[in-house]
Amino acid sequence: MTTTPPPPQAFQKAQPGEVDGGSAPGLTKPKERKLSRAEKRAIAVKGKISSPWASGIALLIAVLWTVPTFGLLVTSFRPAPDIRRTGWWTAFGNPDFTLENYSEVLFGGASFANYVVNTIVITIPAVLIPISLALLAAYAFAWIDFRGRDVLFVAVFALQIVPIQITLIPLLSQYVQWGLAGSYWVVWLSHTIFALPLAVFLLHNFMKDIPPSLVEAARVDGAGHVKIFFQVLLPLLVPAIAAFAIFQFLWVWNDLLVALVFSGGTADVAPLTVRLGELAGQRGETWHLLSSGAFVTIIVPLIVFLALQRYFVRGLLAGSVKG
Amino acid sequence: MDFISNIGAWLEYLTRDLRTWLTDATTPGHKLALMVVAVLLFVVVMGAILFAVDKPKRIPNWVVTAGFLGPVLLFLTFGLVYPGVRTVYASFFNRNGQEFIGIDNYVRAFTQPEFQIVLRNTALWVILVPLLSTLFGLVYAVLVDRTRFERFAKTLMFLPMSISLVGASVIWRFMYEYRALLRDAEGNPTRQQTGLLNQILVWFGQEPQQFLLNSPWNTFFLIVVMVWIQSGFAMTILSAAIKAIPDDIVEAARLDGLTGMKMFRYITVPSIRPALVVVLTTIAMATLKVFDIVRTMTGGNFNTSVVANEFYSQSFRQGNAGLGAALATILFVLVIPLVVYNVRQMRLSEEIR
Repeated sequence: MTTTPPPPQAFQKAQPGEVDGGSAPGLTKPKERKLSRAEKRAIAVKGKISSPWASGIALLIAVLWTVPTFGLLVTSFRPAPDIRRTGWWTAFGNPDFTLENYSEVLFGGASFANYVVNTIVITIPAVLIPISLALLAAYAFAWIDFRGRDVLFVAVFALQIVPIQITLIPLLSQYVQWGLAGSYWVVWLSHTIFALPLAVFLLHNFMKDIPPSLVEAARVDGAGHVKIFFQVLLPLLVPAIAAFAIFQFLWVWNDLLVALVFSGGTADVAPLTVRLGELAGQRGETWHLLSSGAFVTIIVPLIVFLALQRYFVRGLLAGSVKG
Repeated sequence: MDFISNIGAWLEYLTRDLRTWLTDATTPGHKLALMVVAVLLFVVVMGAILFAVDKPKRIPNWVVTAGFLGPVLLFLTFGLVYPGVRTVYASFFNRNGQEFIGIDNYVRAFTQPEFQIVLRNTALWVILVPLLSTLFGLVYAVLVDRTRFERFAKTLMFLPMSISLVGASVIWRFMYEYRALLRDAEGNPTRQQTGLLNQILVWFGQEPQQFLLNSPWNTFFLIVVMVWIQSGFAMTILSAAIKAIPDDIVEAARLDGLTGMKMFRYITVPSIRPALVVVLTTIAMATLKVFDIVRTMTGGNFNTSVVANEFYSQSFRQGNAGLGAALATILFVLVIPLVVYNVRQMRLSEEIR
């Protein structure tokens, strides 16, 4: 995941009844009238760019987007000599598939299994911690009155634009001073820091949408901020939390830069992406390892993504769905 | 006294042990245990802070605020604001940060031929990736809209978004795989291509190409990878925007006889213009910071480097801290206009509301 979700307000115009740009030349507004279902369907069919050409282009794009991954997937199951000798598309003529590559890349010299553990150990806290912190901050920005609130919020919002590159060297020298460089602690800490501005911003937007009357009612009942946060808001925010959790999960699992700089690149801390990058940088044809290694790296996010696609899309569109 | 010094030694021993345990995890069990400890530690600390401020009315407001907001502000100041300022400062110093050299690093970054290639490549990336991704995403979104296979078709284009840039680079390097064409006496190729693209070239009677080696075209083949990833994002956002176009506008256009391409040109595109702007700027920002693809596919060689990659190699390979800092600062400055434009568009669309 390299694309941060766009800020929710940006889609507000894309809501029903609020589109302004639709005034094509020579168009007149039709008189309001109800259409029967059959008429609607007829319109829907007629107006579409539905020609053999259109279907052909759609199919072509779909193939273009699928074939590269598919080719590598097929390759990862082929015996190493075959991979060197022939293209993967010939594998269907005389099928000869094996799991050898996977067992070699996981438990052989490349020891990907070890790096799978590292990636998991890095990812779980690097998702949980920033979300918890951001939830608290978002709550403060949304529901606690204090001086300078707006200024602070804009400042946090603005920090989203800081490219992480600009922070890496000073952070690294600080970590070296602490004697913590190349440990999990600084990887967790860095991922947390880099996630916070976007997390605070997104969760704040979701929090703002909760009816104030709910919070007021709880306050009248004598509940403090902590109680309101845990008992009133948190349960309502589960979908928002899930959406952001998926972003952060994909971001951390797929990250290369932070891991390269802070994990020290050792087998003790470095995640899968670093190992795969190393393997890709080596000379010689190791495609049997690269292909299987790539899929070891890809498979978990792929499953998470497919299983939680709805949440992901909802997060991406956050704001366009809501009022 | 003996007893006390003994305790001191013990404590020292214990803390050293603890420190080692906390920083040098080598076995999987140890690593997982460390992870659990870290999460628990976090929960305990945050719990303590929240517990301390959870006394309604008896505690001043600012203490509560600090409890909720403090950790985040602390982290951001420590991890983003302070290092950012330090880096900008460091960009005016020489390679080991000892000597003030004014804007020499910037002059170098903008005038030396090797860096001009880097800047040219970055410009190509930032212009082409958003445009192409948006184009593919938009066309695809329109084509599969309300078809029977819509969900499945969208998932196909969407999937690369979950793949790491390193993984995607490996996938595409395999597509670009090149092998010199050897021919036997009759001129038939004796060696098969293993990369699909070169095989296609061979099928059409062309010579196979070293896609990643031949400058300047190799940059375009790297850009393909990013387009491949970002199109799914564009498609998702734009598809939602298309679905949100009010039916009456579409119907009106149809009654006026607009179909196919005209409908696309005069109704669809103007209606989703705000979404288009957001998609373009968001992808442009993501593209500026990308270095994984260049690093994995060419290592920045063969004139393919971009600012984000050059920053990495200057800072961590060449040990030129000053120049690395300058490149990071350039990156930061380049992002600003995109953000400003994005925010202004957001403001505008809010005003229209």
